[in-house]
Amino acid sequence: MQPFERHEGLTAPLRQDHVDTDQIIPKQFLKSIERSGFGANLFDSWRYLDEGRSDQRHTQRAINPDFILNRPGFAEASILIAGVNFGCGSSREHAVWALLDYGIRVVIAASFGDIFRQNANNNGLLTIALPEDVVQELMQHSEAGGHRLGVDLQSCLIEELSGGDTREFAIDPIARQKLLQGLDDIGLSLLERSAIEACEQRRCSTEPWVFAPLQDREPSP
Amino acid sequence: MNSPRTLYDKLFESHWIGERSDGSSLIYIDRHLLHEVTSPQAFAGLHAAGRPLWRRDANVATADHNVPTTDRDRGLDGIDDAGALIQVKTLDENCARHDILHYGIDSELQGIVHIIGPELGLSLPGMSLVCGDSHTSTHGALAILAQGIGTSEVEHVLATQSLVHNRLKNLQVHLSGTPAAGVSAKDMILALIRRIGTAGGSGHAMEFAGPTVEALSIEARMTLCNMAIEAGSRIGLVAFDATTRDYVEHRRFAPRGESWERALEYWEGLHSDAGAHFDRTVELDVGALPPQVSWGTSPEMVCGIDESIPEPESPTQERALEYMDLKPGARLSDIRPNKVFIGSCTNARIEDLRTAAEVVQGSRVAEGIDLAMVVPGSGSVDAQARSEGLDRVFTEAGFEWRAPGCSMCLGMNPDSLAPQDRCASTSNRNFEGRQGYGGRTHLVSPAMAAAAAIHGRFVDVRELGGAS
Ligand code: SF4
Repeated sequence: MQPFERHEGLTAPLRQDHVDTDQIIPKQFLKSIERSGFGANLFDSWRYLDEGRSDQRHTQRAINPDFILNRPGFAEASILIAGVNFGCGSSREHAVWALLDYGIRVVIAASFGDIFRQNANNNGLLTIALPEDVVQELMQHSEAGGHRLGVDLQSCLIEELSGGDTREFAIDPIARQKLLQGLDDIGLSLLERSAIEACEQRRCSTEPWVFAPLQDREPSP
Repeated sequence: MNSPRTLYDKLFESHWIGERSDGSSLIYIDRHLLHEVTSPQAFAGLHAAGRPLWRRDANVATADHNVPTTDRDRGLDGIDDAGALIQVKTLDENCARHDILHYGIDSELQGIVHIIGPELGLSLPGMSLVCGDSHTSTHGALAILAQGIGTSEVEHVLATQSLVHNRLKNLQVHLSGTPAAGVSAKDMILALIRRIGTAGGSGHAMEFAGPTVEALSIEARMTLCNMAIEAGSRIGLVAFDATTRDYVEHRRFAPRGESWERALEYWEGLHSDAGAHFDRTVELDVGALPPQVSWGTSPEMVCGIDESIPEPESPTQERALEYMDLKPGARLSDIRPNKVFIGSCTNARIEDLRTAAEVVQGSRVAEGIDLAMVVPGSGSVDAQARSEGLDRVFTEAGFEWRAPGCSMCLGMNPDSLAPQDRCASTSNRNFEGRQGYGGRTHLVSPAMAAAAAIHGRFVDVRELGGAS
């Protein structure tokens, strides 16, 4: 996972509450066994005017000129600002892969879906929750175009580079460490191998039926 | 004496491994369910890193999201979509490579992962259970610590048999009152989501309790827990009781004999203690609850069948009405769907199909309904329904009876809505395009979906009589 320390980039306002992962990456693009290549279909049904198919060349599709990432000056955005409950719905990690693949490094929203946030943490996408009025204010600034933020995870500060406030943000300290170091989660957990084994042993004695082999079981009548 | 604990606290503690060096909590995972869409990248990651599978028999797989609901006798040859075929085959290969128990497209026990887990006794009380699918909350109806995870976490569980899971807060949803005939668990959960919003349960484990829940069947409790995620909670829970015991006993993989007795003794403790602390409590009296119908593009945009569509209160709601092509003030009972879908992990168990069949019995699908389909949740549900003659009740009325899978719940397989289609659906998400590009979804109970098929519009099933 790519570490995240500081990022400076252009913002884009997505004036929507409850942006669900079905919108972030629609189902027809989940039929891949890869982790990459989803960026072209990020927000597909909002971004294009036709119904997307996975076998299409996206460069030949009609784009929706009203969608924020298609408006002049916003396509290069790497910081997305949205309303409440961003990333609710399906657990598809493809949503995070699509955002990253498109070039989004930070999502600022009033709140996030729990599973989405975990997936983001596991992939180096920084999610920042700010009070709703602050989000509204940032959206307004963003709306004008050319609005750049410097997001610093060391100091937990967001700086409006084109002039404006510098704000603190709060983030779960564990998630912060993990993002800063770009840690390999599995490697980190495997350091606890003996603790995992001890728990497994303990559970084996308290709830042995959980560990009954499946493969060798005769189907019961 | 220990201080009183909630069911979630007990489950968390019995699975707690310890803290990692970064301070996060690890919990042990007893059961891991896999399906074709969210697992391939996880297996690929595992293989690329050269890591072994931690414990084979923790894992069980099935193909459900992408499988066609027709031509199933043709097996893999019946899958026309190249991407879907690769995913189904990749799951086959990964399971073969690791010798994982797999109910593939040809198995008579195949079905939606959240339906087959409980019905085969793979999901047992007291377990911790994960799956790369947000509706894993369903299994919590059996007092299981069950949650949906992303693909990186799937890989993590394959490799370490553990999950990073920091302790959640406790939310109790207390349901009281006796619902009217025709009002079901689906109506209760929709009403709850309307009340607390789709982010209402974020950061909390949601335990459903109270006299109404105690009187519900396990299948109905699964409908509640299934949609906990739609209320923002990745975990839904119901305490173990005699109803749970009767449901689990004799399931294919349930413990037997002495092991069963020992398990029972342990399971008796799977409830929140009197006086346990909940960070929040929500009370809902379902005594006068009307059947619910969603009118928007979020599961909180819901109202009773006897109400009218409300004035939009936000740009998001305005947009939803526009997408749904509905006007504020219009009566829900004037809405005319042209498609009806009875299926999904929310409502495709045998009781759901029985309830819907009771409404359909002896009637015909209305003019104006282009397609009404029933997709049983699993091969076992399918077989049971056939043995009761339910398939004929539906087909004689003009419904199509399909093979098990997720089907039009998300339309990854060929079953999807066309633009402007309006669907009465027993599924769980009415997001834009969820059931098909440009399609409009109204979430309802099985009885309400069946009645909409027969009457060509939404009707109040309380007034039909017979539906219970
Ligand atoms: S039926 Fe629908 S909600 Fe349930 S697992 Fe399948 S796609 Fe997900």
